[in-house]
Amino acid sequence: MQREGTDNYRIPSGCAICGIFNRDGKRISGSDIIQAIAIMHERSNGLGGGFAGYGIYPEYKEYYAFHIFYDDDRAKVTCEEYLNKHFDVVNLSRIPTKKHPKIVNEPLIFRYFVLPHPADLFSSQLDEQEYTSLCVTRINTDIEGAYVFSSGKNMGVFKAVGYPEDVGSFYKLDEYNAYCWTAHGRYPTNTPGWWGGAHPFSLLDCSIVHNGEISSYDANRRYIEMFGYKCNLLTDTEVIAYILDFLVRKLGLTYSEAASVIAAPFWSTIDRKDKEEKERLTYLRNTFSSLLITGPFSIIAGFSGGIMALNDRLKLRSMVVGEKGPAVYISSEESAIRKICKDLDSVYSPRGGEPVIYTLRGGIS
Amino acid sequence: MPINYIIPQFEIVRDQSRCIKCRVCERQCANEVHHYDEDYKIMVADESKCVNCHRCVALCPTSALKIVKNQDSFKENGNWTAEIITDVYKQASSGGVLLSSMGNPMKFPVYWDKLLINASQVTNPSIDPLREPMETKTFLGQKKHEIKRDNEGRIISNLGPQLELSTPIMFSAMSYGSLSYNAHESLARAAKSLSILYNTGEGGLHEDFYQYGSNTIVQVASGRFGVHKDYLNAGAAVEIKMGQGAKPGIGGHLPGTKITEDVSKTRMIPVGTDAISPAPHHDIYSIEDLNQLVMSLKHATDFKKPVIVKIAAVHNVSAIASGIARSGADIIAIDGFRGGTGAAPVRIRDNVGIPIELALASVDTRLRNEGIRDNVSLVVGGSIRSSADVVKAIALGADAVYIATAALLALGCHLCRTCYSGKCNWGIATQREDLVKRLNPEIGYERLVNLINAWTHEIKEMMGGMGINSIEALRGNRLMLRGIGLNEKELEILGVRHAGE
Repeated sequence: MQREGTDNYRIPSGCAICGIFNRDGKRISGSDIIQAIAIMHERSNGLGGGFAGYGIYPEYKEYYAFHIFYDDDRAKVTCEEYLNKHFDVVNLSRIPTKKHPKIVNEPLIFRYFVLPHPADLFSSQLDEQEYTSLCVTRINTDIEGAYVFSSGKNMGVFKAVGYPEDVGSFYKLDEYNAYCWTAHGRYPTNTPGWWGGAHPFSLLDCSIVHNGEISSYDANRRYIEMFGYKCNLLTDTEVIAYILDFLVRKLGLTYSEAASVIAAPFWSTIDRKDKEEKERLTYLRNTFSSLLITGPFSIIAGFSGGIMALNDRLKLRSMVVGEKGPAVYISSEESAIRKICKDLDSVYSPRGGEPVIYTLRGGIS
Repeated sequence: MPINYIIPQFEIVRDQSRCIKCRVCERQCANEVHHYDEDYKIMVADESKCVNCHRCVALCPTSALKIVKNQDSFKENGNWTAEIITDVYKQASSGGVLLSSMGNPMKFPVYWDKLLINASQVTNPSIDPLREPMETKTFLGQKKHEIKRDNEGRIISNLGPQLELSTPIMFSAMSYGSLSYNAHESLARAAKSLSILYNTGEGGLHEDFYQYGSNTIVQVASGRFGVHKDYLNAGAAVEIKMGQGAKPGIGGHLPGTKITEDVSKTRMIPVGTDAISPAPHHDIYSIEDLNQLVMSLKHATDFKKPVIVKIAAVHNVSAIASGIARSGADIIAIDGFRGGTGAAPVRIRDNVGIPIELALASVDTRLRNEGIRDNVSLVVGGSIRSSADVVKAIALGADAVYIATAALLALGCHLCRTCYSGKCNWGIATQREDLVKRLNPEIGYERLVNLINAWTHEIKEMMGGMGINSIEALRGNRLMLRGIGLNEKELEILGVRHAGE
């Protein structure tokens, strides 16, 4: 089986992306997002589809929800041994699926709700998130046949090889309720059969769906790997997820500041700003110059309580944003938004490099 | 003594039917090759003095001259070549060290020529630099990752001093003394006009050129020639020269004949004395000493100027660079074994050091593995010959490049490799007034500006082809390179894959 990252092969791909976010925290089922992404069927080729939902596990919201693919029982045994050693596992189950004629060769798909072992966490002298992310990286790098594809709290990623609408139905996403959904349909330029290669890609609660092929890939990868990340999959999405994790979680930048790093304004634009803004943008761009992402991309980053959409600086990929009351829709094509919301209050195309960020006004309802 | 006869390297072919005996060749040749034979009424030449600098060929009004390789030969021998036999004769006769100038001319592999650049097709659009912004602006200096904020949450910049370049190319160190006043003026004015930097070399800074300070790197070498507080503060950055690619491990020697009144004043040494830089800095015998000099220079410049440490590319260059990256220095400059020089012993120039491509790849990888790549910027030189070399250097991991030989070529140098003689017919590597005035700085600076602008255009075209619209996204982006005709080990060191992979 060809697999992302093996033999050092890098697979470019085109794609469709879509996101729904409710600022009032109202949770809706996965049916809408499936309908929306299905409209953009032509933008995928059946070789990868996936979804991320936020607010789907209210009863376990304090626990990290690990979604794991296993190639076989042996991998599962090894991985569970590792999990039991480092975490308190409060719930373990297969992720419910429904047979679908077009979704084949599924791995074993399990879900664990976990918290770091208190004694282990204490002696590691790391914060809870760092501890958890290191463990996830360890499993994905060292345990053959096990792959953690979702590891956030009160959120989950669901992905497979197939068209996204079929993947949604396979995972029965109409039975989950989320205040934020993102979706992805993949058009890779080879024929991988590995489910882990589909999007979204996530680390802790930050998930990325992405359309494009970034030309700065190796510059970004070689830089971010200095900070302990391992880009095992050699996909653009993976490196973008790590960059956001580094800038936001580790360094404490806001999502908007992180956007000024990865899609930094042109120097000519920076020069036109007032003194303070010019200094700020110059500082961010210069300090993190190796994290500038060039080449076409549109991404939707989901995180706890918010969503960010961002295009590359030249806007080489289409992306529109629509609003209807508290609901926000983001999509590669407007058709997907119109399919699920016919009377939008507003719809517009964000400029290249302009981050569109929405956060919850209050809690989740 | 016939045994001392050295076959001249070149033959001067003069078309007597074209020659009008204007004697311009005679007047132009500082080596006194040409003269007019009163008896035969023709121009004749003493070929033994010819260095093939092409001055006479270029200025002959009737194109009557050409200089060709002397066909006279020793009996063919794959081991004992004509050059080696001749060198033995010379040394048997003089008992001296053989001298030469400019970079290593031997046929070692040029890795730049074994690297190929990528371009976008279908999955990713190429970008047209004529229609879209294409950015080459480069900052050099340490980058710190800690984010500091004030009470209102605004980010406070904690970056140390940075050098800002409009394009990632600088003129490498060449001293006033080894180069003429006019050559220095050309470099300084070009650097200012291009918003880049040139480098004083170890010869101090002529007072006329203090006005170009913001585009000047002032060098501190082992001889400390011309170093004083005002000098250190005159430039935009201070460079400690630990080594030079053309002659790693040895110091410099500027012959007394080049120490004229003006050069003497700038270097702060008496007229006519040899300027000899020691091989090591005698206050730096180890890495911890380097840290002290870096800090002394920072104190002397009030922590406002980045400090560059320049080293020659030698076998353990990555370990040395790792030490320097922890020494407080802001920038490491690495000079490859093909880098030029005003004068170096032939054996050292031709046999010591390693190619810059391998040194750069190895240093960049090492600093990243240790997580300290952002402690320093990397500048490489020796030798960068074209915009394609610049693109490849940056993709391997350099922040910027130094060029010197290419800059001299732009000023008219014909690479005859006899700078040490002080008789440069092109007015570049000489202090003889009649020769210096042959280089018009007005024209010289324009030609340098043209060269850098032309290269920058080409860099932008290549970046656009790769779908990259800012130079920092090319830096260290080794997937944009493929090797051709390289073995596994070479590919491993360069960190690139073979073409077709």
